Amino acid sequence: MVSAILMMPLAAAGEVGESFFKERTSETLPCQATDKLFCFDWAKENIGRYGTPTVQHLELVLISVVVGFAIAFALALLAHRRRWLRPPLLAITGVIYTVPSLAFFFLLLPITGLGRDTVVIALSAYTLQIIYRNALAGLANVPAATRDAARGMGMTEGQILWRVELPLAVPEIVAGLRIATVSTVAIATLAVFAQGGGLGQPIYTSAGLTFKTNIIIAGGIAMLMAFVFDLTLLAIQRYATPWRKAARG
Amino acid sequence: MTCALLPPFLPASIGGAVEFIFEPQSSNVTGGKEVGGLAQVIELTITQLEVTAIALAISMAVALPIGLYLGHRGVGETLAIGLGNVGRAVPELALIAFMAAAIGVGMLNVSIALAVLGIPPILTNAYVGIRQVDPAMVDAARGIGMTEAEILFRVEMPLAVPTVMAGIRGATIAIVATATIAPLAGVLTLGDFIINRNVYGADGLLAGGILVALLALTLELLLAWAQRLLTSRGLRLNAA
Repeated sequence: MVSAILMMPLAAAGEVGESFFKERTSETLPCQATDKLFCFDWAKENIGRYGTPTVQHLELVLISVVVGFAIAFALALLAHRRRWLRPPLLAITGVIYTVPSLAFFFLLLPITGLGRDTVVIALSAYTLQIIYRNALAGLANVPAATRDAARGMGMTEGQILWRVELPLAVPEIVAGLRIATVSTVAIATLAVFAQGGGLGQPIYTSAGLTFKTNIIIAGGIAMLMAFVFDLTLLAIQRYATPWRKAARG
Repeated sequence: MTCALLPPFLPASIGGAVEFIFEPQSSNVTGGKEVGGLAQVIELTITQLEVTAIALAISMAVALPIGLYLGHRGVGETLAIGLGNVGRAVPELALIAFMAAAIGVGMLNVSIALAVLGIPPILTNAYVGIRQVDPAMVDAARGIGMTEAEILFRVEMPLAVPTVMAGIRGATIAIVATATIAPLAGVLTLGDFIINRNVYGADGLLAGGILVALLALTLELLLAWAQRLLTSRGLRLNAA
């Protein structure tokens, strides 16, 4: 019953293929037929088919976050110097952030069509607000006395930015990057609706949508990826700010 | 016969999408039955709002008391902050599909699945909002003889409104965005235009994107306005 309802939209959309699951498994495994939460036998035999979606997912996230970071960081540097830019930039990135990514994919339909480029544009646009806000706050939080001391030592404005302000803003910048990356990993599962691949692909098939083992594996890989990214960025932050280690004791 | 994918460049136009929203179009898939049009748009919008409202109510009923209590007692920081971090990592599509397969389809089940997305931001922000309140104010309140409940409801909560509301806004946007894929679990929201694209065509797909975006932006504006109303005048003066 449940599976029949779940398959309806897929069948209508013509996206239901020959069962994704019967392609390689010669016979139905005993635990596949029962309604078990997780079928280890099936997982053991089929884990390989998640390789390509995982790599695609990784690419989507990496490209989107790198592009988003480059733009948001540049905007933050601009707004740091030109105060009047802050309200309009906050409003624009805020509107983009509020538009659900799934809607964004299709708003781009007349311009870029469907596919990976569309997904990357939407996902990187989504990260702008988070990274921009954190980077700007990090730069603004540098104590005025520190800036004055640097100026007193004879540093130019450029030197102050690159050698004093930015290093001190690293924790906030990385905090924004972590939130943006983790969210992007989760949202990238929706890329399948815009034909952008990724870990949504194995979930969004006729049999895949109702087979819990499959959903747990694909969703689990995505969550694991998010945690690995999160820990990596945290490690980078610790490495980049050795003076904080002394403060931590 | 794997997925018969659509060509990457669909002949969608803004004009076509707007027409689709206001006037029913004949569809070549449903055997001449008309799709789109204002009546259907309104029906799907109402369903999306309904499922969003139920899910938000569940999230708030679960997360607000826990977050406010933990914040007031100053305990459970790892839980409150950690839950928020884990919540961000939950993949929406997997969550909806898993909950549909595990607990079933239909309005209430989808609402429960969506509430899972709403709980972390509300709980974290309620906790942080209460903890941010100046301890001197809490001491002063205790000094003038307020009970613990009075301190929470009349001192801490009014001061925490901006942070708590930010959590509720974040939860609402996450829920309404994800409600777009509710048709996968048998609840026909505006996402039907997106998921059932062979019925509605390219114009329907673009129309779905436009409508979902407008819905999310409208909700965000309404909540920002509600936040202003709920914030006490003294705090507003400080912010200005």
